Amino acid sequence: MGIRVSLFAVLALILVAYVGVALLGLELLFGVIMPYAAMAAFLAGLVYHVIKWARSPVPFRIPTTCGQQRALPWIKASEVDNPSTAVSAAARVALEALLFRSLLRNTKAELADGSLAYRWEKWLWLGGLLFHWSLLVIVLRHLRFFTEPVPGFVNLLRDLDGFLHVNLQVLYITDIVILLAVTYLFLRRVVIPQVRYISLPGDYFPLFLILSIALSGILMAHFIRVDVVAVKELAMGLVTFSPTVPEGIGAIFYIHLFLVSVLLAYFPSSKLIHMVGIFLSPTRNLPNDSRRRRHVNPWNYPVDVHTYEEYEDEFREKMKKADIPVERY
Amino acid sequence: MADEILSTIDYKPPRRRWLDTPVEFRRGTWCYGAKAKSLEAVGLPNPREWSPDQEDWKLPPNWREILLEGLRERLERFRSLRLFMDTCVRCGACADKCHYYIGSGDPKNMPVLRAELLRAVYRKNFTLAGRIMGEFVGARELTQDVLKEWFYYFFQCSECRRCSVFCPFGIDTAELTMIARELLNLVGCNIDWIAGPVANCYRTGNHLGLEPHAFKDMVDFCVDELEEVTGVRVEPTFNRKGAEVLFIAPSGDVFADPGMYTFMGYLLVFHEVGLDYTLSTYASEGGNFGLFTSHEMMKRLNAKMYAEAERLGVKWILGGECGHMWRVVHQYMDTMNGPADFLEEPVSPVTGTKFDHAKSTKMVHIAEFTADLIRHGKLKLDPGRNDHLRVTFHDSCNPARAMGLLEEPRYIIRSVCRHFHEMPENTIREQTFCCGSGAGLNADENMEIRLRGGFPRANAVRYVREKYGVNALACLCAIDRAVLPPLMEYWVPGVDVYGVHELVGNALVLKGEKERTTDLRGEPLDRTDDDEDL
Ligand code: HEM
Ligand code: SF4
Ligand code: SF4
Repeated sequence: MGIRVSLFAVLALILVAYVGVALLGLELLFGVIMPYAAMAAFLAGLVYHVIKWARSPVPFRIPTTCGQQRALPWIKASEVDNPSTAVSAAARVALEALLFRSLLRNTKAELADGSLAYRWEKWLWLGGLLFHWSLLVIVLRHLRFFTEPVPGFVNLLRDLDGFLHVNLQVLYITDIVILLAVTYLFLRRVVIPQVRYISLPGDYFPLFLILSIALSGILMAHFIRVDVVAVKELAMGLVTFSPTVPEGIGAIFYIHLFLVSVLLAYFPSSKLIHMVGIFLSPTRNLPNDSRRRRHVNPWNYPVDVHTYEEYEDEFREKMKKADIPVERY
Repeated sequence: MADEILSTIDYKPPRRRWLDTPVEFRRGTWCYGAKAKSLEAVGLPNPREWSPDQEDWKLPPNWREILLEGLRERLERFRSLRLFMDTCVRCGACADKCHYYIGSGDPKNMPVLRAELLRAVYRKNFTLAGRIMGEFVGARELTQDVLKEWFYYFFQCSECRRCSVFCPFGIDTAELTMIARELLNLVGCNIDWIAGPVANCYRTGNHLGLEPHAFKDMVDFCVDELEEVTGVRVEPTFNRKGAEVLFIAPSGDVFADPGMYTFMGYLLVFHEVGLDYTLSTYASEGGNFGLFTSHEMMKRLNAKMYAEAERLGVKWILGGECGHMWRVVHQYMDTMNGPADFLEEPVSPVTGTKFDHAKSTKMVHIAEFTADLIRHGKLKLDPGRNDHLRVTFHDSCNPARAMGLLEEPRYIIRSVCRHFHEMPENTIREQTFCCGSGAGLNADENMEIRLRGGFPRANAVRYVREKYGVNALACLCAIDRAVLPPLMEYWVPGVDVYGVHELVGNALVLKGEKERTTDLRGEPLDRTDDDEDL
């Protein structure tokens, strides 16, 4: 159900953009108004989430320790997996964000002949990592549309990513990789029964959306050519807040741009917000130093306790009989 | 016999969506509801007689408002909750990491779905998308059926945190379980196996409800037993003011077989190094079932430790072998009930080692203390006296994943045993598998789910038993010592359960002791001369 609905939703979005531009001539809407609105929604959503998260305090120091603690000096501590300082904790988070370190631990439990075995299973890690890194490189490559002059690293990235040429055309490695990786992420969602069982429409939708964005981009680059100079003019107009709608950019471009707009607007209120969440996770970003340094809970409140006096009052005679010292005879 | 369980494990999820599959209370998988008197003893809401398998749970009329208001409050108090509600991508990496899922195949025992039970209600009531789009974005109303599902599955999570090791965002289902249980407690839906010990602990100082004289009797019994085996009479003191150290162990060690032998081990070590310590009948429990009830109850029960240390005027606190106790001591105590300004930074009076890592909380784990003693050559050890044991070590969840106490116990075991074999890598240290009965789930009536949840642990023990002839499962936790024996009996007969300090007690050569012919349990020694495993 979720798969079909998500797929139709994305197809409908494509249709909307096509009809809007090719038949109704709403270039201004899809080329300027939508992108601005989407960017505004994206930024506002991010800020809203971050403020919402930040307003809830971290009352307790609850890192998940994944290695030896720093305690006795002659026992070697595992500083990254069980950080004892804020710097090590930052390193731990960096490794999570850049390399998906926890996901690299993944195994698959299998039950055969009454015995459990834990099989090698790093495909999700690999697929996920390739997907995200390709996405990052692709986003950075797009900076060439939004900057003038184009910064050196963007050109360098383009040259590295695009060293392959097919029929005299540049073929970006990341384009291929992202298609494969997203397809893999989709297939595993459908094929692995457990993952399929837990999947919501909100898990398929971004995959279809990203896949469509990548496909429309590749179509534009290789098959349905658009006027790149005009595209850059539009993009520069957007970032310099002097929007123009140049003539003659094909509908395929507006489809691409509209899908990106939808992704941006959808981002904050969906699971995609994990991009921010990963940096805030209290099981990862806190040092395991709660016995060394006191962690303060801002809402710590006094509670009812059973005091020693109450205890002794109840048991005084029994304690005296058993030669246990008491405060009052 | 084990086939009874194995043959029913099926990892293929049912056809019906989880949102549409109501929970079924099948005997053997759930625990009895909290009795009225247990809740009344500590002033928890909605005390009544009820049973989870009955239709009517006798909830207060405004139960829904209470729960939703409680959830709102907790979203404002815990960033963890907010984040874990929003960031899961349902990648499924955590799914087969939970021992209850591995042992039951019930899809709602996948950590991700356990969390979704809460998340669905969160979405419906606290997010715009959930309010508008409902089930389409995985949102659903909080109904009585959902509440029952919460009860069923949040009391089928042992708060072991194994899932959070594997989650790319560190989402800790144990944290969500703690909060969900806190919510359930707002309408009186605890289990009695937790509520009972909490009530006991509040009044008598320990879960078992041992009154001061009875507690002392049990310790005296250990003292007599020790004299019989070693010829040495140790002299623990109770509630003694001016002692240097207050020692607090889980009460299970004082009371139950085989925990008792671990307690004897502690006593021998203290005696041998001449530690100036006292026990307390008031703070006679290291464990804290409040942790399994609510943050507030955890704090209320934990308060005794510092209060008693202050009253007795000790310098610092030493803690025994217990898993969830150390979660509380290490990650919560100082924050909740500190600062403990009246104590001093812990220093071992025997070796002079400053326990710098505990300088704020001022409480040291006995494995840290003993490892330091051994390292400094302060204990004379005869590991041959453990030759009749081929030992493997089970990391308890909390010391492993909420502290990182991994090498200290291993160092001790290697010093006191000559036959030590690790279980496979994926089942120890931070990846250790729960005993299957943690977080207050060690009742009798839910034995089936305990055996299921303990299967991954047992399976790893069976592996080393078959490969190396292991017959002793060492552990660092009183609940382990209580629950692993029946687990072993079911899955891996022939393996007994030992505390680390029981092994120390066996090997420790006391000044003036008599020739030992048995271990602390009275089992004959069997020194092997071959040193194949040295
Ligand atoms: C700091 C940046 C980010 C980090 C560290 C990060 C990390 C992760 C990780 C660890 C996963 C789980 C493994 C996987 O399924 O690949 C994941 C899933 C996912 N991420 Fe990200 N991510 C980031 C940014 C983004 C962005 C910007 C997007 C898209 C706009 C995105 C889209 C997705 C999607 C769609 C999935 C789910 C894949 C599936 O269906 O299984 N991520 N992310
Ligand atoms: S591993 Fe983490 S992100 Fe993935 S499904 Fe489990 S809880 Fe969600
Ligand atoms: S904390 Fe442990 S018992 Fe609970 S869901 Fe995670 S793995 Fe399962």
